[in-house]
Amino acid sequence: MLLTKMKPEFEISEAHERKETALDVKQLNIYYGNHRAVKDISFTIEKNAVTALIGPSGCGKSTFLRSINRMNDLIPGARSEGIILYEDVNLIEDNINVVALRKEIGMVFQRPNPFAKSIYNNITHALKFYGIRSKKKLDQIVEESLRKAALWEEVKDRLHDSALSLSGGQQQRLCIARTLAVNPKILLLDEPASALDPISTAKIEELIMELKKEYTIIIVTHSMQQASRISDKTAFFLSGELVEFDQTDKIFTNPSNQKTEEYISGRFG
Amino acid sequence: MAKEFSTASERLLKKSNRAALKMEMRGKSIVLISAILIIAATISITIFLGTKGLQSFLVNGINAVEFLTGTVWDMGKDGGNGPSYGALPFIFGSFAVTFLSALIAAPLGIGGAIFMTEIAPSWGRKILQPVIELLVGIPSVVYGFIGLTVLVPFVRNHVGGQGFSLLSGMIVLSVMILPTVTSIATDTLRSLPGGLRESSYALGATRWQTIYRVLVPAALPGLLTAIVLGMARAFGEALAVQMVIGNTKELPSSLLDSAGTLTTIITLNMGHTTYGSVENNALWSLALILLIMSFIFILIIRYLSSRRQYR
Repeated sequence: MLLTKMKPEFEISEAHERKETALDVKQLNIYYGNHRAVKDISFTIEKNAVTALIGPSGCGKSTFLRSINRMNDLIPGARSEGIILYEDVNLIEDNINVVALRKEIGMVFQRPNPFAKSIYNNITHALKFYGIRSKKKLDQIVEESLRKAALWEEVKDRLHDSALSLSGGQQQRLCIARTLAVNPKILLLDEPASALDPISTAKIEELIMELKKEYTIIIVTHSMQQASRISDKTAFFLSGELVEFDQTDKIFTNPSNQKTEEYISGRFG
Repeated sequence: MAKEFSTASERLLKKSNRAALKMEMRGKSIVLISAILIIAATISITIFLGTKGLQSFLVNGINAVEFLTGTVWDMGKDGGNGPSYGALPFIFGSFAVTFLSALIAAPLGIGGAIFMTEIAPSWGRKILQPVIELLVGIPSVVYGFIGLTVLVPFVRNHVGGQGFSLLSGMIVLSVMILPTVTSIATDTLRSLPGGLRESSYALGATRWQTIYRVLVPAALPGLLTAIVLGMARAFGEALAVQMVIGNTKELPSSLLDSAGTLTTIITLNMGHTTYGSVENNALWSLALILLIMSFIFILIIRYLSSRRQYR
């Protein structure tokens, strides 16, 4: 195949243990109508690692994130070309069952958006679509996912209270728990802490570090500190192009690209 | 700026500027008078209707319970057993057409709203929205006229009865309240936070699962408000109903029977009674029932909107 012959655009700088690949992105282009929002990007995302996507607003990082689990399908006029290889399928093909895909690749958004239901029912909500009805099984998944999201201790006595009665930070962790309950393999986080206070943000970051043992995590963030604290790899986007992709410590201490250096030192963006 | 002020006390401290004060006062009094007039109009209508409506019970000695539960309405003009004021057939008629028309308009209106917001937002808005606005603009006499010339003969020939019936009334009313229900339901669905939709899809829900399990439950108080507002309109509508319902004074026993409503009996009889007479006072009592009902509808709507979770 032509594509397998293509050289990776970014060589990993240090001698680093080569991990398994979760997603292989090759020459991906994303358009909104005539506007090309993501331009010809290629890189690989490792399994069980945190990959941070950084860059100024409108640089295409969220667009890229949303193309992975096909959330862009909801936007009229959005289309993608190229390859996002996940195991043995190209995720941007038309024959992908997006409902099944979103089960395997879950997403958490910037604003916490719990449903107007109890904490318990927020988590069982999606499970019921997959035909899980047994009360015992549901109880077990609820506890498990709330524990994973580090929320169990805070809410175990009021599982049947409205989810809207929780604080913003708790709501966001509930949204993460809700996504974990479906048992995804990859977690896409779109600025999950940008609407939260510093203490809640710290909790979410701690949680992300914990979750990478089991999940592959891709996070879009506007906070340089956050990216450097929690991620293993960092990708810097600028006006739709992937400018640099490398180990996080390399990007933040010794970036190879002038633009990257200017961005992380706060000279623009 | 004509002048530069140097110190903060010159720039920021209040000064008694007569001209500015006068303007301020004038503006304030205009809006205050408008507010007072609106409140005064509402209160005086309520008081007037209250005193007039109660006269038939207090002055003319009609038994209130009999008034509400009696089934014979006879003004005593045609001889017979003398006057008897049992308003139950009209109360029943009003409630029957209201609930029946809501039964048709609610699913259609909410379905249309879902279509417009979730299924085909682009052309749904382009076509359905103007259609609904047009429906609102048609005067009720036109609805009644169309009902009278098209619907009544159709019911007579194809369903049964004489055509002037509860069925005809409920169909005309449901078309009339459909735009109310649809537009308020559409607003409610549109005002839901967009992230709600996204997070449901992101959990692997299909479009229908998102609509039924997330959006409709979240919008429920607003959707109920839409239905109740539609019902309030149906309850108060007089002209169009009067033209198709048959206006009898008996309790209808089936959908195909003629009936009467609180509003139709008032419009039909108010010209034939003398002000201050028992008959006239009895009509005022019917009007009072209408007013109380619309207060109740408003209370229900207030209660429902206080239960909205997403704002």
